[in-house]
Amino acid sequence: MKAAHYWHCFVGIQTREWLRFWQQRTRFASALVRPLLWLVVFAAGFRAVLGISIIPPYQTYITYQTYIAPGLCGMIILFNSMQGALSMVYDRELGSMRVLLMSPLPRPFLLVTKLLAMGVVSVGQVYVFLLLALLVDVEPPLWGYLAVLPALVLASLMLGAMGLLIATWIKQLENFAGVMNFVIFPMFFLSSALYPLWRMNEASPWLYWISQFNPFTHAVEAIRFSLYLEWNPVAYGITAGVTVVLVMLATAGFRPQRTKILGTSKTA
Amino acid sequence: MTIEARNLSFRYGDKPVLKEVSFALTSGRFHALLGPNGAGKSTLFGLLTRLLALQQGDILLAGQSLKKQPAEAMRKIGVVFQQNALDLDLTVRQNLQYHAALHGLSRKEARARGDRELARFGLLDRANDAVRQLNGGHRRRVEIARALLHEPSLLLLDEPTVGLDVASRKALNEHVRTLCDEDGLTVLWATHLIEEVREDDRVLILHQGRLLADGTGHAICRAQGTRDLAETFHSLTGAG
Repeated sequence: MKAAHYWHCFVGIQTREWLRFWQQRTRFASALVRPLLWLVVFAAGFRAVLGISIIPPYQTYITYQTYIAPGLCGMIILFNSMQGALSMVYDRELGSMRVLLMSPLPRPFLLVTKLLAMGVVSVGQVYVFLLLALLVDVEPPLWGYLAVLPALVLASLMLGAMGLLIATWIKQLENFAGVMNFVIFPMFFLSSALYPLWRMNEASPWLYWISQFNPFTHAVEAIRFSLYLEWNPVAYGITAGVTVVLVMLATAGFRPQRTKILGTSKTA
Repeated sequence: MTIEARNLSFRYGDKPVLKEVSFALTSGRFHALLGPNGAGKSTLFGLLTRLLALQQGDILLAGQSLKKQPAEAMRKIGVVFQQNALDLDLTVRQNLQYHAALHGLSRKEARARGDRELARFGLLDRANDAVRQLNGGHRRRVEIARALLHEPSLLLLDEPTVGLDVASRKALNEHVRTLCDEDGLTVLWATHLIEEVREDDRVLILHQGRLLADGTGHAICRAQGTRDLAETFHSLTGAG
C-alpha cells in the first residue's frame, strides 16, 4: 500500500463524516444547546463561585462564564466523542463498522482516522460555541482560537479512544444512558471544567485527588491554557500520554487476531 | 483466485458454531453455500472477511494464509453482508466513493469505476439519489456494485436476497451469475433458499456447523441417491 492509498482513505473517511454531519445538522444545533445552557443559565447563577482570586492562565479577575467556557468546550468533545465511539461499536449490526474494517489498510490507521474525523466535527462545534460565547463576553485573545486547536484535536482523540475502549470491553454499558451516568457525568464533574481544583481541595482532598487523576481535567486545562496563549506542559503531556495509551489499547481490541465484530452468538 | 479453508472450527464461548470445515473453491465459478438458518454460514463469512478471528484452522487466499497476508488478501475480496451496510442518508455515489476511498482509490478513479458499475447494474440514473429512496432490490445491487469497485477476484455474498420479493431475488441471482461468467469472478453465495441454487453449481451444504456435502449439485444428488437438490437438502438437514 502506497502513501497515496492512505491519503485517499483518510480523505474518504473525513468526507463521509462531514456528509453525515450535514445530514444530521439539526442534531448538531441541538448538541450546542447543552453547553450554551450551562454557559448562560448555570454560570449566571454561580457567578460568585470563584470569589476574588486570580488563577492562571488568567491575568485578571474573570467572570464565571470565562472560567467554564474551556470546560464546556471539553464537554462538547466529551459528549460527541463518547456518542460517536459508542455508535461505531454498537452500530456494527448496521454494518458501517464492517465496511470500514473490510478495508485492506491497517486497522489502527482506519480507527485513528475515523476518530480524527469525528474529532474534526466536534472541533467545528467547539468553534461555533466559542463564537456564541462572545455574546456573554467570553473573549479570549484572537490568537488563542488558533493556539487551542491542537488541544481540541488531542482531547477529541483521547476521548474518542476512551469511548471506543469502553464500548468494546464493557458490554453492560450497552446504551448511552449507562455511559452518561457512569462515565460522562463523573468525568465531567470530577474535573476542573466547572470549578478550579483548589476549590475542590477545600471541600474534600479525596475528590481533589480523583480529579487530578482524571485525564479529562488535563484535557480541559490544556484547552484553557492554550486558549489564553499560555503553555501548560503538564496538562499537555498528560493528555498526550493518555491519548497514546488509550489509542493503542482501543485499536488493539480490533486486531484481526482478536476481533469479535460480528457480536455474540446472535449471528450464527 | 483459489480459496481454501482448512479444518476451520469456531466457537462462541462454549457453543461450537463451525466444526472442522474444509473446502476449496474453484476459480471463476459460482458456489452455493447452502444451509438452514443457524448453520454457521455467517460465522464462516466472518472468518473469511477477518471480522472474526480464526480460532482453529486456516484460510488460504491464492495460497496466502489469512493469518499472514491480510492486506493482500483483503484487496482481493468483495463482500455483500446479510444486513444492509449502506448509509441510507447518503447518495448512491457517495456510498460508492466512501468504499472506494477505504480501498485507497482516488476520487477520480472512484467516480469512473462507480459509474461503470452503476451503468452495468442499470442504476446510473439513480447515482445522486439517497439510498433511502431506493427499493430493497436496488439497494442490494448498489451493495454488489460497491463490493466490485476495487475489482476483487472473490465475491462473498451472505444471504443477499433476504427481504427481497421473488422477482428481485431471481434477478439478483441471475445478475451475479452473469458477473461470474463475464468477469471470471469466484463467487460464494450463501443462502437457505434451495431455488437459488442450480444443479450444475458447486454446492456446499452446511448444517449445524458441519460441512455435509461438497460437490456439484448433480454429484451430491447421485451420492445421496436423491432426485433433486431439494430432496437432498431435506434429507441431510431436515430443512427445506
